[in-house]
Amino acid sequence: MSVVTLTINDELVSAQEGQTLLSVLQERGIEVPTLCHLDGLSERGGCRLCMVEMEGTGRLQAACVTQVQEGMVVHTHSERLVKYRRMILELLFSERNHVCAVCVMNGHCELQWEAAQIGMDHVRYEYLNPDLPMDASHERFVIDHNRCILCTRCVRVCDEIEGAHVWDVMGRGVNSRVIADLNQPWGTSQSCTSCGKCVQVCPTGALFSKGATVAEMEKQHNFLRWILDGREKKIWSYENGK
Amino acid sequence: MPKVRFATAWLGGCSGCHMSFLDLDEKLIDLADKIELVYSPIADAKEFPENVDVTLVEGAVANIDNLKLAKEIRARSRLVVSFGDCAVTGNVPSLRNKLGVDDVLTAVYHEGPGRHPTGGDEIMPRLLPKVLPLHQVIHVDAFLPGCPPDPDRIWAAVSALLAGEPLVLEPEMRTFG
Repeated sequence: MSVVTLTINDELVSAQEGQTLLSVLQERGIEVPTLCHLDGLSERGGCRLCMVEMEGTGRLQAACVTQVQEGMVVHTHSERLVKYRRMILELLFSERNHVCAVCVMNGHCELQWEAAQIGMDHVRYEYLNPDLPMDASHERFVIDHNRCILCTRCVRVCDEIEGAHVWDVMGRGVNSRVIADLNQPWGTSQSCTSCGKCVQVCPTGALFSKGATVAEMEKQHNFLRWILDGREKKIWSYENGK
Repeated sequence: MPKVRFATAWLGGCSGCHMSFLDLDEKLIDLADKIELVYSPIADAKEFPENVDVTLVEGAVANIDNLKLAKEIRARSRLVVSFGDCAVTGNVPSLRNKLGVDDVLTAVYHEGPGRHPTGGDEIMPRLLPKVLPLHQVIHVDAFLPGCPPDPDRIWAAVSALLAGEPLVLEPEMRTFG
């Protein structure tokens, strides 16, 4: 593969052709917030938190779905970007009912942490307080639409890793909703294998194990790497601590 | 140096933020040297006084009494701080927002045991249609998230405010919940 050279935050950087900009930023320890991105899943470019400025175009680009190009000039932390990232987080908090204090993921939630990281100490928009249901019909897991940010990690892990494609998204915009099979109670889904991958990749308290109460839910992403290393690289065992 | 005129107030919340404030323990003694506590649920003051330097407000704005006190606080305080998640976000009290006020009162009182308040007799302050975070009702100068904010956060915030510095907390100290 050929090497391309680009400029990130006034520094010359080389990268592999075909690499996403986000992976280059992460390799170099340049922290941009992400929510829909998860290592091992396809990119969606949905949450827009990893947006960057690119010279020569007025449009902001999501780094996760942008391939590096020769001569690209990128800025990752301009005042405008930080302002927009905070706005995005505030809109996520105002759109559904994210009440951290009584959430199963309190203290372990990616949304909660990204907000604190960026300094979102309050939400300037009116809360919509939508009347959203919880579905506890599955014998082991619960989906709480109040906490869902529509990142679609559950949809992608179920389709791409488990191969079941139980989850999908129905509706548009603010009315979008993650649904099981043909919009039926999760517990009645015939395609669900009850593997729990969707629960583990969910960044918030939208998917959790039945019985977990406030702050008790913690999630593990390691399994994705294990599965993919086995499938793609035929690595089936790891040395201790790796 | 004259003492800072300091107040704390309790709107629609559980008083957990005030409990956490009391958990400052021996730091309260240091604080007492620097401040005069002019109004607080834990002090004997009936009216919110004039010329307050700093007021920490716990709780969301849930009813007409909360609204009235919030406006008095703003008019009479130089700095108003949203103290804890209820003041900052609406938090648990705002869980009722997706239900109508009448439905809430019916579920809690009419369908529950005992005599229910009529709502028109001024015994219970009338509920607002929606529980609001403080900054949607009055201008707020600083935000101290947490449910409750733990004593370290409170101390970091109060120290900064008493020193006349802007309230900038570390990421670990500004999480909700």
